[in-house]
Amino acid sequence: MELMLAITISITVAAGVLLVLSGELFRLVIGLAMLGSTVNLVVFMTARPASLTPPVIAPGVATLPADAVNALPQALVLTAIVIGFALLCFSLVLAAWLARRQRHADVDRLRTTEPAASDAVKPPILED
Amino acid sequence: MLPLAPVLVPLLTALLTASLPHHPRLRGITSLAGALALLASAVALFLHVHQDGAMSVALGNWPLPYAIEFVADGLGTALVLTAALLGLCVIAHALATAAGTEPAEQARAGLHPLLHALLAAVMAVFLAGDLFNLYVWFELMLIATLGLLVLGAERRHAEAALKYFATSMLGTLLMLAAVGLIYGATGHLNFSALQGAMRDPQVAAALPAPVTLLLLALLLKAGVFPLFLWLPASYHTLPAAALALIGGLLTKVALYVVMRLLGGVFAGMPGLLAEALGWLAVITMISGVLGAAYHWDIRRILAFHIVSQIGYLLLGVALASPAGAAGTAFFLVHNVLVKAQLFLICALIWMAAGHHDLRRIGGLYVARPLLAVLFLIGAFSLVGVPPSSGFWGKLLLVREAFAQDRLVWGGAALGVGLLTLYSMSKIWLEGFWKPHPAARPEGAPAHAALHPAAYAGVLALTVPIVALGLYPEAALRHLELATQTLWLVGGPR
Repeated sequence: MELMLAITISITVAAGVLLVLSGELFRLVIGLAMLGSTVNLVVFMTARPASLTPPVIAPGVATLPADAVNALPQALVLTAIVIGFALLCFSLVLAAWLARRQRHADVDRLRTTEPAASDAVKPPILED
Repeated sequence: MLPLAPVLVPLLTALLTASLPHHPRLRGITSLAGALALLASAVALFLHVHQDGAMSVALGNWPLPYAIEFVADGLGTALVLTAALLGLCVIAHALATAAGTEPAEQARAGLHPLLHALLAAVMAVFLAGDLFNLYVWFELMLIATLGLLVLGAERRHAEAALKYFATSMLGTLLMLAAVGLIYGATGHLNFSALQGAMRDPQVAAALPAPVTLLLLALLLKAGVFPLFLWLPASYHTLPAAALALIGGLLTKVALYVVMRLLGGVFAGMPGLLAEALGWLAVITMISGVLGAAYHWDIRRILAFHIVSQIGYLLLGVALASPAGAAGTAFFLVHNVLVKAQLFLICALIWMAAGHHDLRRIGGLYVARPLLAVLFLIGAFSLVGVPPSSGFWGKLLLVREAFAQDRLVWGGAALGVGLLTLYSMSKIWLEGFWKPHPAARPEGAPAHAALHPAAYAGVLALTVPIVALGLYPEAALRHLELATQTLWLVGGPR
């Protein structure tokens, strides 16, 4: 189980990094979302995912079995999923808004806030 | 519940102000009242901790170390107090200048709830007692900042928000992964439990990799070389009040966490780490100040100076000693106030002279002498001319660097001060000294009128800056006491 998760994580990290570095607006956003899901898997790994014992104390026993699943990382992952989902929604709207205003989705051409210098010595003047 | 008050008050104010989108006047009063209540709770907490020692609250009906803990210690509460003071000044400035600066009613409706949400997140980071809680508050900080970045709804705002989002998101993800790995290695998230777990050599041996990952995330959020490019790309599109609050606080918050983690929770990290951080600090200082020297837009000059000042703070962390920590803490308090004061002055310059670029403005020394004096105080503090607050901050750091035979580090800090003087005198000469390029030949000024109330925020920030410069003993004594436990256990030297 751990090995499978580890392989999955490495594949999705590679895919996420590839998408982030592709230079296209929507691929960047989706890539970041993929990396987010992968990081959730990393946290999930610490919960003893191979175990089949639920984190429930059986009647008549005082303590939890030692090989029980750890419920805490699952709660942490749940929190991270909620935040990540909100940020994914925000970033999709942001990317769509930006692409519509720019009429292109090329990340390298986003130079409004930092226009290229036309003078050899002084930076361009920002008119706002 | 007192340690939670500085978090709950701004959260409540954010909700209240958000529920008043169509009542600008009532919203303003609520926002100001909330900021005053925040300052009051911060003062109460500070005095309580100053007299009776650190306080802690455990939430979630679990015993420690499993509960969610908030810890208010001397260092945390000093910064809570600084941030609360800054919050009040920024909100006073936003209200006093609301009529003149912001373009749309919609933007103004979102400004105050987001400013308070940001303040709540910052306060919570200063008081957080466990790693996951810390991560969640960093996320809230990111969300509030993104909201402030897109308020203006122009193309440049969307672009800045995207650049900020992409890099900060990467930092946040690294942070979450590191938190998960640290939990996997130790079985703990609580700071004091982690500190206890570090005593087991087997656990301590597994930690350097995940802690370094966490450090990478925090250094990205602090804007350390080479991970600072998101900062000057996005900050200058923010509305003035938000720029002062974010520029004053956010990156320093990440640095505070670095100091707390490396000096306290994970104390005893390898000496190589301190060495690397020190050199990173030197490069950060120099690259930030060179960027500032190149630029002519006041907002961009000040944004690059944030990077440069982060270098000083990181230098204090890299010195890895109680004296270095005290210097860092003092520099942190000084820098939060001075940076925000200069950003607010920049907003007033824009209101009076009509532009942020130094080539389009001038003549402010004659037209607005009060503004000139306030700028000089802020600029001298940033440069570190005695007797200003910056002088004491830099003195403490450079003295400790020389005491540890880090001659290059200390020398770089002094040299960067000289370059800071260069770009501050550029603002002085171009913005204040030379005549306004649009000045009419008969000598009538080309400046817009400034309402006296517009100075409220800047004046309120200048008072503590001057006080820190003229009488640093009280603050220094408090901060030395508050940081004396950092780097006591097995520092690198």
